[in-house]
Amino acid sequence: MNEAALQLMCVAAFLALAAASLAAGRRPHASAPLYLANAAIAATAFAVSVAALIGGRGPVLFDLPIGIPWIGAHFRADALSYFFLAVINFGAVAASLFAVGYGRQEREPHRILPFYPAFLAAMNLVLLADDAFTFLLSWEFMSLASFALVLAHHHDPENRRAAYVYLTMASFGTLALLFVFGLLAGPSGGYLFADIRSREFEAGLGGAVILLALLGAGSKAGLAPVHVWLPLAHPAAPSHVSALMSGVMTKVAVYAFIRIAFDLVGVSDWSIAAPVMLIGGATAVLGILHALMERDIKRLLAYSTIENIGVIFAMLGFAMAFQANGMATPAALAFVAALFHVANHSIFKGLLFFSAGSMLNATGVRDIEQMGGLIHRMRKLAPLFLIGCVAISALPPLNGFASEWLAFQAVLQSPELPQLGLKILAPMIGALLALAAALAAACFVRLYGVAFLGRPRGASAVEARDPDGWSLGAIAMMAALCVLFGLFPGVVVDAVAPVATLALGAPLAPQSGNQWLSIIPIDAAQSSYNPLLLFAFIAFSAILAAFVSRLSASHAYRRSPAWGCGFEPTGPQTQYSGASFSQPIRNTLGRIAFDAAESVDMPSPGDQRPATMKVRVRDLVWDAIYGRIATVINAISEKLNGLQFLTIRRYLSLVFATLVLLLLGLAAWS
Amino acid sequence: MVLTTQLMFQAFQMLLVLALAPLLTGVVRKVKARLTRRRGASIFQPYRDLFRLMRKEAVIADNASWIFRSAPYLIFAATWVAAALTPTFRTGLMFSWSADLIVIVALLGSARFILALAGMDVGTAFGGIGSSREMMIAAFAEPAMLLAVFTVALVAGSTELSSIAAFMTSDAVGLRVSLALALFALIMVAIAENARIPVDNPATHLELTMVHEAMVLEYSGRHLAMIEFASFLKLLLYASMIGAVFAPWGLAEDGAGVARNALGVMVYLGKLLGAAILLALFETATAKMRVFRVPDFLGAALMLGFLGALLLFAGGRF
Repeated sequence: MNEAALQLMCVAAFLALAAASLAAGRRPHASAPLYLANAAIAATAFAVSVAALIGGRGPVLFDLPIGIPWIGAHFRADALSYFFLAVINFGAVAASLFAVGYGRQEREPHRILPFYPAFLAAMNLVLLADDAFTFLLSWEFMSLASFALVLAHHHDPENRRAAYVYLTMASFGTLALLFVFGLLAGPSGGYLFADIRSREFEAGLGGAVILLALLGAGSKAGLAPVHVWLPLAHPAAPSHVSALMSGVMTKVAVYAFIRIAFDLVGVSDWSIAAPVMLIGGATAVLGILHALMERDIKRLLAYSTIENIGVIFAMLGFAMAFQANGMATPAALAFVAALFHVANHSIFKGLLFFSAGSMLNATGVRDIEQMGGLIHRMRKLAPLFLIGCVAISALPPLNGFASEWLAFQAVLQSPELPQLGLKILAPMIGALLALAAALAAACFVRLYGVAFLGRPRGASAVEARDPDGWSLGAIAMMAALCVLFGLFPGVVVDAVAPVATLALGAPLAPQSGNQWLSIIPIDAAQSSYNPLLLFAFIAFSAILAAFVSRLSASHAYRRSPAWGCGFEPTGPQTQYSGASFSQPIRNTLGRIAFDAAESVDMPSPGDQRPATMKVRVRDLVWDAIYGRIATVINAISEKLNGLQFLTIRRYLSLVFATLVLLLLGLAAWS
Repeated sequence: MVLTTQLMFQAFQMLLVLALAPLLTGVVRKVKARLTRRRGASIFQPYRDLFRLMRKEAVIADNASWIFRSAPYLIFAATWVAAALTPTFRTGLMFSWSADLIVIVALLGSARFILALAGMDVGTAFGGIGSSREMMIAAFAEPAMLLAVFTVALVAGSTELSSIAAFMTSDAVGLRVSLALALFALIMVAIAENARIPVDNPATHLELTMVHEAMVLEYSGRHLAMIEFASFLKLLLYASMIGAVFAPWGLAEDGAGVARNALGVMVYLGKLLGAAILLALFETATAKMRVFRVPDFLGAALMLGFLGALLLFAGGRF
């Protein structure tokens, strides 16, 4: 029994569990054991894939005689799928454990429980598929299962709209992928991945395939401008599903892109790398700017997912650029940075979405402007959430910085590229990534500062309590991994080495032999980073500083009201709100990105009406593309509406006219 | 034996930056006072201020959480470590390879993150205004800084400060346009990051113009001392960093004798004095700008950094 078969058995177990949940979902207290069963299956799948990844298992095949006759369903597990299987099933374990506690609050568990294991099964299937049919079928299955989960709370019209937009965009993405595989299979119709690999693609065709894959997989991952469904759909689902969709399902899309671009087609043309880099960089900045303007915590996190996906794709673009020019080591560096970020993002986004779910349960609101002061009430969650915020802001010594650092090292290799266009593009993308990282720090200072610090801004925040043990445990597990991956990045870099070998043909130099566990991507004289030592240093210095000040300074301290410049203490409304925090950025970068404007209506002296300030923020992408498409479709359907109210004679003549026209057309063509 | 010497040098540098940081700020203040025909406080006044603050009782707002109380130590530690890993009087310190230039910039970013959180902890309008502006400034300063770092790193073929400094002393470097652009960008970023005029005024207590001071308004006693010390260290760090990259003369090499190292320390003191005088001259000659002009200022830094990087990425030998 090989790994692919083992993974498929896990998929079968998930599907069986889905069927069982359908039967048992309505029973009271059914959700905890069902989620535990999910966690157990996911843990098994995780263990199998990690063992295979670390053990350096080669590709294994497994065929099932189901599906389309004479073709069957083909499955294959190799290093690339092992890595993504590990990421996805780890996310699934954490989400299921979190849901054991979180799911108790659910009013309609039967709307979630059957679809949840089906969603997990579908994601696993996509990663195992080895022919175009199986791949597309699993992909659609994944879309539909997640669509059902988005629609779980269907009483809210917002959620119904989100699900509708999601379904539309998911169909669009699948359509693009359909074309991808059509082009890949070619006229001979070899839909097996093995057949596709053996084909030679000329540059134009390969480029078209990769661009279509960027569109198709990008629409699932959340690349601009096909990202619009993501901030609607991810928050609409229950929080553990949001975590899965944001942290894990977007990674399936990244997998699809890597599988198509690096494995099936193979990168040979540098010009295709440029759009990937550019779209990645632009997506990163746009996503985080949106997040900075957002006051709904789950939408904020969904927008931040868009940013991280942008970073990942920008790095994949760099890997493609290096690979096309035969620069093996820099390509491996960029590729490893992308994969490291994939793992990191799934960890801290899970942490943040779980915490957001707990905060939502504790306060009853998603609006951060109604929270505030949670650090005094959710005492256990507060430090864990802080770890997530620091990690996602790419700050040392946590894991977000480790992958960001590798990314910058990869950017620094790009002057060696022979093409002038890429040389000009590379520092620009580097600057965009730095801008995105700095804005992410601003965004998460804002989130933490407004939700956890200060005084309670709404009545609901006063009564907040820490979540249950299961939820806290899942969050703490993610936080621990943020720290561990941050302190021991070499372990992760080594673990993904087989993936780089598979996709690019060359891995990064092994990191395990380095002194003091530092990471040295290229050469010790060029750059090295040792988070463990750095962390020890900072801890030592902080403790020393605290110790010295304890020894020599006055220990006395006194609590007193905050300084109000000599005025009476003011109410919590006078605190800085999230909107005021982001105002400087809205007024500078927002002017470009959102056409933001403020208009102040100041009544003249003596006038009694209150002064008002209006802020306008437009989603330019929505207005420019989706708004226009919607307008055109609306106009056409308005015009066609008349056709629904004709007499039977007219309908008959219409049918006749159509028939004649078609026959004429046929005659003219042949 | 080699290990002990190296360890001693590292420890010496940690203590050296600690000892010199308040002095640098004192000298800047003194020169500024003299330039405006005031007598000014003694150059040792910052030490006295620190001791005074350490002895005082700390007043903590009712609503302050553990973040507020632990932030000063973390900020101090992160800045101290960053300063200790920057070459001052010699290159190739024992632990200098554990953090390259990008990591040092990011360490300061961590310190800023914590400080901005501490500013929002109490829940007053001032803390928030400071944090919000600080993060806005950082959003513009960080890309500019990184582009300058790219330029320097590409010229030297390394992001390690020690290797960069070693390369800059060699003959291979020559005069380069890109380095000049990077220097300007770096100086502009340093001014913004250290809350100096024209971006912020370190001496002001006029609330509407404050950025850094607004964040730390609630701090007092030993906590304020830690934060002040961290900002002294940050100024010293930037002075040493710019000195090590753009004026690397006199840096003792790894393995040099005691006399050579002593010379290195003397040259370093001279460089700091020069930096202090230049900073004071610049601050006296310019006026504070409105907060919303800061993006223009840093945008210029970003453009300079980008031009510098572009010259290297596209042109090769400029």
